Amino acid sequence: MRDRTFAPSRMLIYLVVLLVAVAYLVPLIVVVLNSLRSNEEIAQTSMIGWPLRWAFGNYLTAWSDFCVAQTCAGIRPYMLNSALVTIPATIFSTLLGAVAGYAVSLWRFRGDQWIYGIVTLGIFLPQQMRLLPWTIVLRDMGLMNTLTGLVMIHTIQGLSFTVLFCRNYYVSVPQELIRAARIDGAGFFRIFWRIILPLSPPILVVTVIWQFTHIWNEFLYGVTFTTGQQQPVTAALIALSAAVADIPQNGVQSAAVMIAALPTLLIYLIGGKYFVRGLTAGAVK
Amino acid sequence: MPGVVRRLPEHLTIWVPLLLSAAHLVSFSLWTIWISFTPSTLVPVSGWVGLRNYTAVMATRNWKIAFDNLLLFGSAFVLLSLVAGLVLAILLDQRIRGENALRSIFLYPLAVSFVVTGTVWSWLLNPGLGIQKLVQDLGWTSFRFDWLVDRDMAIWTIVIAAIWQSSGFAMALFLAGLRSVDADLVKAAQIDGAGPIRMYRRVILPTLWPITITVIVIQLQFAISTFDLVRALTNGGPGLATQLPALVVYDLMFQRGLLGRGAAAAVLMLLILLAVLLPYAAWRYLQRRRASHA
Repeated sequence: MRDRTFAPSRMLIYLVVLLVAVAYLVPLIVVVLNSLRSNEEIAQTSMIGWPLRWAFGNYLTAWSDFCVAQTCAGIRPYMLNSALVTIPATIFSTLLGAVAGYAVSLWRFRGDQWIYGIVTLGIFLPQQMRLLPWTIVLRDMGLMNTLTGLVMIHTIQGLSFTVLFCRNYYVSVPQELIRAARIDGAGFFRIFWRIILPLSPPILVVTVIWQFTHIWNEFLYGVTFTTGQQQPVTAALIALSAAVADIPQNGVQSAAVMIAALPTLLIYLIGGKYFVRGLTAGAVK
Repeated sequence: MPGVVRRLPEHLTIWVPLLLSAAHLVSFSLWTIWISFTPSTLVPVSGWVGLRNYTAVMATRNWKIAFDNLLLFGSAFVLLSLVAGLVLAILLDQRIRGENALRSIFLYPLAVSFVVTGTVWSWLLNPGLGIQKLVQDLGWTSFRFDWLVDRDMAIWTIVIAAIWQSSGFAMALFLAGLRSVDADLVKAAQIDGAGPIRMYRRVILPTLWPITITVIVIQLQFAISTFDLVRALTNGGPGLATQLPALVVYDLMFQRGLLGRGAAAAVLMLLILLAVLLPYAAWRYLQRRRASHA
């Protein structure tokens, strides 16, 4: 059954798989093509078509010109907001998660399994259960409608995932290694720095990709806790759809969607293997 | 004492992040549960109204429709993405050329945000812009594909977009499962003269059911918390046709300023989730115990 001959049954397999692959690619192709067609051209035909004239200007308009809710600066400020939230929150949650994962798996202390258990429950707790409390916390800290507030939220919530990933990776490090280092007089930080960190690149890549993708793509907190010029790009895309409902600008809008999706798509293209590892690691906890 | 002081940085680094995480999970959940029993409207107030918020939420048409939609969307999405994922995994497992490229294609939607997915599908499914318009322009003028604006069918547009986005996830897990099937088992069945179909039905697929349950639970968890996708694709409409619990929570909390009822709706969402997760946790526990006894 598993030979490389080209029997009719194998041709059928290729046919089905290729058809499905095309179906998966169609939305991407449609958006890419539309981002290169003028608004008028799309309005006259449909969203699905080949560009008659290449309208590369759409990307320029989408980046810095078009208007979202009275402000006409394109998608650039919102991309910047998303970057200013996603990059720090990814770094903080990954570093803290690595240290905590190392602590609960190899250093061991009283209550470590308990607190680890509670922290990983965060993977399942719906965001809706945390919306009101975060509102109060942000208001009391004076962080409502700030990027700092979103960085804080994503760092703390991200810990549930980063601790899980790192802990599950570090449990396979032999305890003897740690014991030997402790006999040599190495402390918590020195062991982390000298032994654990050099072993960590694979899991850190998985964690960084996971965190970056999730925080960049997050919408609910962005739309709830920020308004106007402070919003991340996901929230701005929704505002844009509402804004252009009267005058269709599908070419420019497609370019905006492509720009907003590009960072995570690029990361997927470069680090797809690690992205999938994160998916399955989260699944088979 | 000096030992404790010397080790203070270490204790702080270990405990502060873990405690922050654990404390926010526990206190936030308890606080939201508490609010759901208070008469809070625009601001949180103390007081006790018993289950009144819950009965009020469950009596609204909004919640009833959202709950029915969740049942339909959840079961259709989980079932279809399970089938799609399994079929794709089996096909990819036939040692075909270009497997890596194909796998990347089936998985790339997972890297994209639900907002982007919803927006793109709202164009494709828009009768005046997308597939229907294209087919009509090609000459089949009576062609209809207007589920997006059809109250009875609109929920299926959410199913389509959700399957596009995350059936690759089911495929990835199934493929990992297929790759870990015991080679001796397969060989033994081949010697017994089992054909490919019999092989899958009798030997390979039965080993996949633990993965199947994991996939079902994760996809259900996703279905229960679906919010962004609907906001971008239909915004709950037409009318209330694609309303889901997460949208009801948001609407009550931030648009109507009914915090008590919003919190009650959030707790109801948590209860639905627990109805899925607790049996799963019990099953996992039994599995592990059996494994450690064996």
